[in-house]
Amino acid sequence: MSAQEHHHHDAGGAPHGTRRGYLTGFLLSVLLTAVPFALVMSGVIADQRITAAIVAGLAAVQIVVHMIYFLHMNTRSENGWSLMALIFTLVILVIVLAGTLWVMINMNHYMMPPMIEQPAAHTMDMSGM
Amino acid sequence: MAHSNLTAADAAPVFWETEPHHHAEGSSTMLGFWLYLMSDCLIFGILFASWGVYGRNFAGGPTSHELFDLKLVAVNTALLLLSSITYGFAMIAVHAHRKAAALRWLVVTLLFGLGFLGIELFEFHHLIHEGAGPGRSAFLSSFFTLVGTHGLHVTFGSIWLVVLMVQVSAKGLIPANVRRLECLSLFWHFLDVVWIGVFTFVYLLGSMA
Repeated sequence: MSAQEHHHHDAGGAPHGTRRGYLTGFLLSVLLTAVPFALVMSGVIADQRITAAIVAGLAAVQIVVHMIYFLHMNTRSENGWSLMALIFTLVILVIVLAGTLWVMINMNHYMMPPMIEQPAAHTMDMSGM
Repeated sequence: MAHSNLTAADAAPVFWETEPHHHAEGSSTMLGFWLYLMSDCLIFGILFASWGVYGRNFAGGPTSHELFDLKLVAVNTALLLLSSITYGFAMIAVHAHRKAAALRWLVVTLLFGLGFLGIELFEFHHLIHEGAGPGRSAFLSSFFTLVGTHGLHVTFGSIWLVVLMVQVSAKGLIPANVRRLECLSLFWHFLDVVWIGVFTFVYLLGSMA
């Protein structure tokens, strides 16, 4: 019976969270959400590229926090197949996202250099008025 | 003669199992649902990619910097995050076999989810009313597609939540219902993960001039 229960637990998959785990994840998420909002809304860092990099970095950390504390991701669930599926998905996502942005930004850059200046100048005039 | 027949049958390669391989009911559901979520992840991946390409193509229309109201987005983010933790508490109650407490937490989760949807619909209505509908520019098309797809997921998650609340009240915390609640748990937390990407790459980075 105990063996059967053990089997059921393994096959049942998702490991259960604890109250402490959920609260830890929640507090970390609140912090990792509040900081980027505060950075962008207050604009304390003059260089926007640095702000953007910090905000994107914190998002990546928060996604990992959610994966561990809320989705209970670990190397053992479903004998590791959950993690394998996740890694495979991440590889595809990186290829799709990086490939798309790389190709399209390059194409914009090479295909229409004079036309890309004009609308940009136009919108700046509009917002100026 | 009989003996040689037996050995021939034993040595023959086996192409299918004659005895059904026994699995407990629902034992593969969680992995299957996880694979579905990963395929959903790819859908959001391509929507983020198109946002990355079109997100700054304003076509001379309103820009993301002018349109986005970060205070509203902050409230929405808080609502979704709170709904995640209350769903977590519901699952703790489920595993402790406390049906009434589980149902209470599920109701709270549903209210946060509906609050999120209400604010999102208000935002969409406001944008369309201002003439910044999905047809205005490539920026707005990709914005409405990405954020709208996420909103649709939350809508279906909420419907699923109501259905499970009815099922739990009717049948109690039977193994089948616990399994369904665990699937919705993954779905709900997954939507929160997608929202991290949305508020970061769409709203926060988009509202930077």
